Amino acid sequence: MTMSLPYVLRTQSVTKYFYDPEKFQVLKHINLTVNRGEFLSLVGKSGCGKSTLMYVLSTMDTDYQGQLEIAGIQLTGKSQNELAQFRNRHIGFVFQFHYLLPEFTVLQNVMIPALKLGQYSNEEIEHRAIEKLSVLGMQDHAKKRTSKLSGGQQQRVAIARALINDPDIIMGDEPTGNLDSYNSNVVFDIFRELTSVYKQTIIAVTHDDEFAKRTDRVVVMSDGQIATS
Amino acid sequence: MNLNSYKLSFSIAWVHLVSKPKQTIIAMLGVTFGIGMFIALVSLMTGLNDFTEEITMTSSPDIHIYHDITETRLSILEQMNPNGLNQVHHQKPKDETLRLRNARQLLELIRKDERMQGVAPVLSSQVFYNYGPVQLNGLILGVEILEEDKLFDLKAKMKEGRLEDLLSYHEGIIMGSGLAKKLNVKKGDRVVITTPQGFTRTLKVVGIFQIGIGTVDNVRSYANISMVQTILQQEQSYITDINIKLKDRHLAKQVANELQAKFSYKAEDWETANATFQTGVTIRNIITYAVSFTLLIVAGFGIYNILNMTIYNKMKDIAILKAMGFAGRDVRSIFMIQSLAIGLVGGLIGLLVGFTLSLLIERAPFDGGDVISLDHFPVNFDSIYYITGIIFGVVTTAVAGYMPSRKAAQVDPIEILRGQ
Repeated sequence: MTMSLPYVLRTQSVTKYFYDPEKFQVLKHINLTVNRGEFLSLVGKSGCGKSTLMYVLSTMDTDYQGQLEIAGIQLTGKSQNELAQFRNRHIGFVFQFHYLLPEFTVLQNVMIPALKLGQYSNEEIEHRAIEKLSVLGMQDHAKKRTSKLSGGQQQRVAIARALINDPDIIMGDEPTGNLDSYNSNVVFDIFRELTSVYKQTIIAVTHDDEFAKRTDRVVVMSDGQIATS
Repeated sequence: MNLNSYKLSFSIAWVHLVSKPKQTIIAMLGVTFGIGMFIALVSLMTGLNDFTEEITMTSSPDIHIYHDITETRLSILEQMNPNGLNQVHHQKPKDETLRLRNARQLLELIRKDERMQGVAPVLSSQVFYNYGPVQLNGLILGVEILEEDKLFDLKAKMKEGRLEDLLSYHEGIIMGSGLAKKLNVKKGDRVVITTPQGFTRTLKVVGIFQIGIGTVDNVRSYANISMVQTILQQEQSYITDINIKLKDRHLAKQVANELQAKFSYKAEDWETANATFQTGVTIRNIITYAVSFTLLIVAGFGIYNILNMTIYNKMKDIAILKAMGFAGRDVRSIFMIQSLAIGLVGGLIGLLVGFTLSLLIERAPFDGGDVISLDHFPVNFDSIYYITGIIFGVVTTAVAGYMPSRKAAQVDPIEILRGQ
């Protein structure tokens, strides 16, 4: 991690068009800076471009104009392979649906991004994975198949997986969208703890106002622009 | 991509394979069947080819030199008047004997050539064999029996008696097994030989040989060259044929041409003499490879289908792997590893199946009848076909797996992750 910079993520005039069915400007000159340890929620009506922005920030969508910088690294113009490596090292993802690999155990699912990174030995990775699982209270389920878990438990495993490589930033696309209010609260509390205790930076797209209200900073999008932040 | 990535791709591929065992086994069976049949077919076909080639070779020399009196020649009129419009009716072949002039000197000259393994003079004649009331038409070959052995490995073909008995017993004869059976003679019996010129001689059967081809065993017998010269009432230098065995059989055509140009006698190489046999070999090879190739292509389609299905079912997994930092090539390697594993394991089992089938075929009784002496199928166990088989199998599965794997590598994760 580059601790010298106060911000983790910065965009400069990010603009994006959709061409199908007709040319349409979905993002209009977005300038956004996210500071280290910030818990930020991205809200707005559906179709306002918040998810699109999120996927530009995630580096998976490279079809945009403007500049994107995360952890002090200029990402605009990098190749798909370089971006994949970057995501592996610097970004953790939590989606609306957990997207755990069903054939693997909970522990294996958490370990996979770290095995891919290859920074630690297998024993260390396993140790770290169990550590992350215990932060989320899931250590007792480590040897279970993911399909044996409830929705809330699966989402917690997905968060542990997002944390495994100590990413600079965690991105969530409707992380509580598929959960009941009890589990939503659980997930929110975990995010809260990660940001305040571990200084983790989190950006979450959400349409859950209760969730957004309790975050550090709410960015409201409207018609492809940032309305208030 | 580092070693860790490969290990990870490998273990993900492994989990995919074992979590759908039925599907994996079906894909493997396709390859197994293809390769197994390829091995069984090619072993039998090349076994047959080798067998027929061997017996053909043992019954015909690499090069056969003789005086071809049927060869067309220019009439005297054409020789005298080469530019005219000549018409000669009913021209008969020139009255020539079959003898090779200066055969002994020819032999010496040919033997000096480095490329020769064995050179044997032969004097052959049509004869009648009489034994009691039985009278059969056949062929008698006057040979230097030990020289002949060098060419055709006669020692191994002897069913009764020894070759050397012919040397020690001048009035002896070694008879083909089919001929002996028809005449109902045994070793030690005396047979009357009659030449077309009416000369008669009684010879004693000192041995019986079997080459394995009906057309030889049913008509041929060997005698000393001087004995045949006697029955033909010819002098000591009368020789009609020279048989040659080369160190390298594949030079036959070239050497034959040289000899023919040098001595102006007809020199025929084994390929020309056995042209039909060669055609048979080629056709059998074409059939073998066409059938095996088709089987493997079908197996390839099976793998293509199954991988396509797997990838379709695993779209979400692929998307999340890519989000987590798997590059396109990592995803591609996961699926390529699966198809190669199917190809390799299926192929190895296929080799085993092919080997077992070959063993069974080898044991199956097969009656070659009078034509070839054969009681079971000849099977070739040459390892080169097993190597070809496994390479063929792995390459087919690699090609079949590549297209779906590339498609997986190109999956756009956003489309799937945003999907809902």
